[in-house]
Amino acid sequence: MSRIEVTPGMFSQAEQKKSLKAPIVMAIVTIFSFVFFAILGPTTEVTFQITETDAFVTLPDLALPSNALGYSTAAIMVLITIASLWFGVTKKRVPQMFAVVYGLVAIVALLGWLAAGADVPVGFLLGNTLVLALPIILGGMGGIMSERVGVVNIAIEGQLLTGAFLAAVIGSITGSLWAGVIAAMIGAALLSTILASLSIKYLVDQIIIGVLLNVLVIGVTNFLYSQVITQNNAGLNFPGTFNRIEIPILSQLPIIGDAFFNQGAIVYLTFLIVPALWFVLFRTKLGLRARAVGEHPLAADTVGINVGRTRFWWVTIGGAVAGLGGAAITVGNVGAFGREMTGGLGFIALAVVILGRWQPLYVSISALLFGFAIIMRIWSNQINPVIPVDFITMVPYLVTLIAVAGFAGRVRGPAATGKPYEKN
Amino acid sequence: MSKSKVKVEKLENDSTSSQVLREILTGSPVRTILSIFVGFAVGAIFMVVFNPEVLKSFGYFFSRPGDTFGAMGKTIGDGYGALFRGAIFNTQADTFEIAIRPITETLRFAAPLILAGLGVGLGFRVGLFNIGAVGQMAFSLIGVTYVATQIQLPFVIHTIVAVIVAVIFAAAYGAIVGFLKARTGAHEVIVTIMLNYVALNLFSFFLRTPGLLLEKDGGGTPKADPALETAVLPNLFTDQYRLNWGLIIAIGATFFYWWLMERSTIGYRFRMVGFNANAARAAGIRVERTFVWAMAASAAFAGLAGANQGLTAVGGVTPSIHANIGFDAITVALLGGSRAGGIFAAGLLFGAFKAGGPAMQVVGVAPEILHVVQALIVMFIAAPPLIRALFRLPQPPKRKPISEWIAARLGKGSASTEQKASN
Repeated sequence: MSRIEVTPGMFSQAEQKKSLKAPIVMAIVTIFSFVFFAILGPTTEVTFQITETDAFVTLPDLALPSNALGYSTAAIMVLITIASLWFGVTKKRVPQMFAVVYGLVAIVALLGWLAAGADVPVGFLLGNTLVLALPIILGGMGGIMSERVGVVNIAIEGQLLTGAFLAAVIGSITGSLWAGVIAAMIGAALLSTILASLSIKYLVDQIIIGVLLNVLVIGVTNFLYSQVITQNNAGLNFPGTFNRIEIPILSQLPIIGDAFFNQGAIVYLTFLIVPALWFVLFRTKLGLRARAVGEHPLAADTVGINVGRTRFWWVTIGGAVAGLGGAAITVGNVGAFGREMTGGLGFIALAVVILGRWQPLYVSISALLFGFAIIMRIWSNQINPVIPVDFITMVPYLVTLIAVAGFAGRVRGPAATGKPYEKN
Repeated sequence: MSKSKVKVEKLENDSTSSQVLREILTGSPVRTILSIFVGFAVGAIFMVVFNPEVLKSFGYFFSRPGDTFGAMGKTIGDGYGALFRGAIFNTQADTFEIAIRPITETLRFAAPLILAGLGVGLGFRVGLFNIGAVGQMAFSLIGVTYVATQIQLPFVIHTIVAVIVAVIFAAAYGAIVGFLKARTGAHEVIVTIMLNYVALNLFSFFLRTPGLLLEKDGGGTPKADPALETAVLPNLFTDQYRLNWGLIIAIGATFFYWWLMERSTIGYRFRMVGFNANAARAAGIRVERTFVWAMAASAAFAGLAGANQGLTAVGGVTPSIHANIGFDAITVALLGGSRAGGIFAAGLLFGAFKAGGPAMQVVGVAPEILHVVQALIVMFIAAPPLIRALFRLPQPPKRKPISEWIAARLGKGSASTEQKASN
């Protein structure tokens, strides 16, 4: 039937050539951090409020001079940079965990510098980070599910908006938040079937159809909002939000307890979905087939996997997950629908999928980075109005750019993503 | 077939997807008209279904069905009638001067859409998906606002300098995308989306910061001073009409685009890369360099749109001055088939949508419906099978992939050509 060309060595060679980029980027950030946060850092004291007032285990608040924190974080960053350099020189792959830890330390350094002379409410920041990141995480999971089978999903924004809209409206009409959530998931899944069927059956360009679906959903929700909802806001757009549920022992953990384990239902659903997706993708036959379809549809087809059907179902269910992310915005957080309220979160989810290298866990961590940037924009403006918030907002996008451009290790997605598969 | 497929996988220009793109680009007028018709029809359904009077008359549909149909007809007539009055000719106006005002508004709104649409269209012709017109406009607005508000220059020259600065800013910003794609293989869609947010935040930072672009006696809101009188794009007619020289720029740019893409050597290279990057490389075209130039050229048109916005803003530039034109430009380019004339016409249509919106609001139809119509029209354009299925149009003859054509032309030599291309 056909000759299947495999290009051995291409991947590994590229890996070895580019391996010094991560340490170089780290070194630049470390020097920047050392100069600004340590040498030029303010000597006033910064206090990290670690423990919630009613916590079981109480840790003392951590208070230390801002520039001392700058020096100590810079020292850790130097260590990680040297370790990465060693990996680079010996032509080994820099472990992803290094980048994650490095990022965390850099964030602590930034926090200590920003809040010099004031308090850092760690629990407040973490909790809001999680809630704000939730739509990005779930949108990212939807993105993973469709990109892993080879369909680029630009329409995450539209799926989130659909979910947010339906959760608010159906939740209000039925008076049941869960009905709203289910409607959100079904609605976003139906939207995905348009993407799936047009791109799989009719081979329409996936990016074009994704962009158009976004325009369509923005138009439809804006129209319904102006034409219908504003006439009866109380009856159609007042669903309320999920109550917080406190998980008995876990919520007493220091630092993360209250932030992660005293949240609404959708947060806990997400805690289940992320590892479940990882498990299905990498530990089951189903996931292996899906990845095969995304990497080499011809080979998958040859061994009897139905490429079209696999893609259709993964894209559709991915849409449902993204719809849940939309519900997390309205019934999970804000409590009402607003015009174009996703405001680009879907595009962020798209970026997060790449930043997290199509791995559910790393995608979630990247999403938390963006969620953190959002809360930082709000918080830093209060604590230190001199800081230009626009630059803080910009950081995650720049990080994504650096990652996409291959400076932080080679980012390589499923090989067949974006390519329609035509059976011969 | 599959042989060629494996070969083409090297560059992200799969024969199937480029064929689909080609089909969009070479869409027949019949399909375009049908798409527009279906778009308006579905829009009408939306209007009817969500109209309170129609819904009320549904209550007694079986006793007096005429009421329902009457209400339906009235809603559709009112809605699209208002669109016509708001965008083309105001039949209710007292004087002729006021009656033709709507069409001048349509032209005014169309100008930046056409300009940015040309940019996105140029990208499509080279096989690049430039979602970054928003960011390129925002970045150009930093330059154009600075020149227009902070620099003193004589009439005409001031405007020209501002426009040139806008083009240079945008082109440089677009070139980054091309450079990253060429050097690192980063997909332009992701890069442009990220750069959009970077540029928008940068723009808002400039507008917010005293000493940069924030107005002299500015309050808390990010806003620039109004452009100096020497810099603004002058109105074309009397001040009764807000139509300005932006339209002339758009017309000029359309002709230039036509010449660039259809007649010039550079345009030939652009199209060749878009048609088949591997073949272009085999023919000695430096594909990577072409990506950079093409992105810069594409962004330059978006920069003209930015100049149009920056130099016609009443009362000073605000962060929302880009008005999502960069995103609308994608639909303009798709509807226009990335051809100069098509983009101009598509820009006029969507400009009319923008101009007619407020009039629809007056008669109780939310003008957002026009976004739905806009998306549907382009969706039917972009998905030829949909409209074919709807109207039972014949399937066009399948084009042969370029490799088969090469094989047919070169006979035995084809194997070596493919070998070369795959290395």
